[in-house]
Amino acid sequence: MGTLIEEIFARKAGRPVQAGEILLLDVDYIMSHDNTTPLAIKAFRDIGKPILDKNRIVLHLDHAYPAPNVLAAENHKKIIEFVREQGLPHFYHQGVCHQVMIEEGFITPGAIVIGADSHSNTYGAIGAFGTGLGSTEIGVAWVTGKCWFKVPETIRIELTGKAQPGVYAKDVMIYIAGLLGMDGGTYRSVEFGGEYISNLPMNERIVFPNMSTEIGAKCGLIAADDVTIQYLENETPAKGPFEKIQPVNPRYERVVEIDVSTLSPQVSCHPDVDHVKPLEQVEGLEVNEVYIGTCTNARYEDIEIVANMLKGKKVNPFTRVIVTPASERIYKKAMKNGLIEILLDAGCTVTGTGCGACIGRHGGILAAGERALTTMNRNFIGRMGSPLSEIYLASPATAAATALTGRITDPRGYLNR
Amino acid sequence: MGKAWTFGENMNTDEIIPGRYNITIDPLELAKNVFCEVKPEYAKTVQPGDIIVGGQNFGCGSSREHAPIAIKGSQAKCIIAASYARIFFRNCINIGLPILECPAAVADITEGDDIDVDLASGQIFNRTNGHQYQANALPDFVLKIADAGGIVNFLREHDIQELMRNEE
Repeated sequence: MGTLIEEIFARKAGRPVQAGEILLLDVDYIMSHDNTTPLAIKAFRDIGKPILDKNRIVLHLDHAYPAPNVLAAENHKKIIEFVREQGLPHFYHQGVCHQVMIEEGFITPGAIVIGADSHSNTYGAIGAFGTGLGSTEIGVAWVTGKCWFKVPETIRIELTGKAQPGVYAKDVMIYIAGLLGMDGGTYRSVEFGGEYISNLPMNERIVFPNMSTEIGAKCGLIAADDVTIQYLENETPAKGPFEKIQPVNPRYERVVEIDVSTLSPQVSCHPDVDHVKPLEQVEGLEVNEVYIGTCTNARYEDIEIVANMLKGKKVNPFTRVIVTPASERIYKKAMKNGLIEILLDAGCTVTGTGCGACIGRHGGILAAGERALTTMNRNFIGRMGSPLSEIYLASPATAAATALTGRITDPRGYLNR
Repeated sequence: MGKAWTFGENMNTDEIIPGRYNITIDPLELAKNVFCEVKPEYAKTVQPGDIIVGGQNFGCGSSREHAPIAIKGSQAKCIIAASYARIFFRNCINIGLPILECPAAVADITEGDDIDVDLASGQIFNRTNGHQYQANALPDFVLKIADAGGIVNFLREHDIQELMRNEE
């Protein structure tokens, strides 16, 4: 009996649990990437004990891949040597870690997956407990297979109504970030539900747990349902049976109800994710770069929205428009279905997969005084390059409309269908 | 005794150490660029034993452990904040960087104040204005990690189950 997080933790603990308790739990998978693995290797070596279970370790190269400089290359080299030395079976450089984790079937309802990346909350979209940790704890988990967690209180976000055309999960989540603030979910489990969520396909659902990180949440969860199970069965190699774990007579710290039909497209403005305005209030602001990528919004459906809006048109010649598909699987599907050609014909630059420009090391760095509109999840000062640049966050549709004009533009005037 | 360096609300890990400097894990190298955009004078003039004072949600954003390592590398004695972002909190404990949660101290301390901190008791004394503050107590198992100087040292000597001996 309890909230979704209490139900998930109770299954692992083998007994009922309540918010406030501290548990030491077995973890199913331990994820890290090129930015965080070197420190985990150092912690592992310093502990001086062997890896408990190689099958639970998943390593990715995505943050600065392919290497943009010698130091990044040294990191990759160190990680590859470690993978070979330890004989680790799960090693990927096929896209953003979180997308690949889901595509490769590591994430299933009720699983406990820790990642040395703050957006490991993403896994909550499948009804799994995903959370971000630092590298040292990842090294600890390699050795022990365990991690301590305080069972968090839960904020329930109840989403009702049907979104207007041109309003997507990203707009709704940006609105939530503005409403709760960047520490509004700190230490909390944020449970997303309601008829709006029930009717959303998986690609849109992922946005909510992914950005729960931006309000400080320990995890963002969506209870597994038929959409989840169908996604897992049709799109991933994950093996069932899958349990549709639901909250049972939950006691929430707070319930926030939002009727999404009242929302217009939303923008997180420089310099904070909770500096949110309806698009109308920032329309016309000039941008130097439009970036469509990241674990938040670079799935096939996102790229399809952009391609449909740019088909047969040209992007503003003075705006750099960069598209970074989240994974190679997405890239291949977009290529096969002609989307990449549409984007190239429209004047976009399509890069290889990975985290790309999001961490300001390669693939679209901003100069001083420049402004970008992106489909990313965070807009910290200097994140994409110069500390004197500005980042605005929005949906892929808003990004596409903005790419055409070079100014922040309402997508509702450009939707082809 | 150490000099207080004050920082605002929601100090994120990109501001503590921008992503472009995270290509090393050497604490002294990282310390050269800690707070380089929000307070460039910090890395140049910080003295061993100085104290970082932050507002609500200190250390939010990326999980990068480079952020607390950079602060530890700068030889600051500890952080006092009104509250911490959760990954940053865990990272500090795990690497053995002392942290105290004390909104009253944060509200009262101004940059440059001379601060005495007794980590074991959580008592904070402001020599500049004579005020005393009491930080919130940390859970038992967190103190076990802190006493060992971090989780790595703890695990060299103990089984992880021992962390929870008094918790469950």
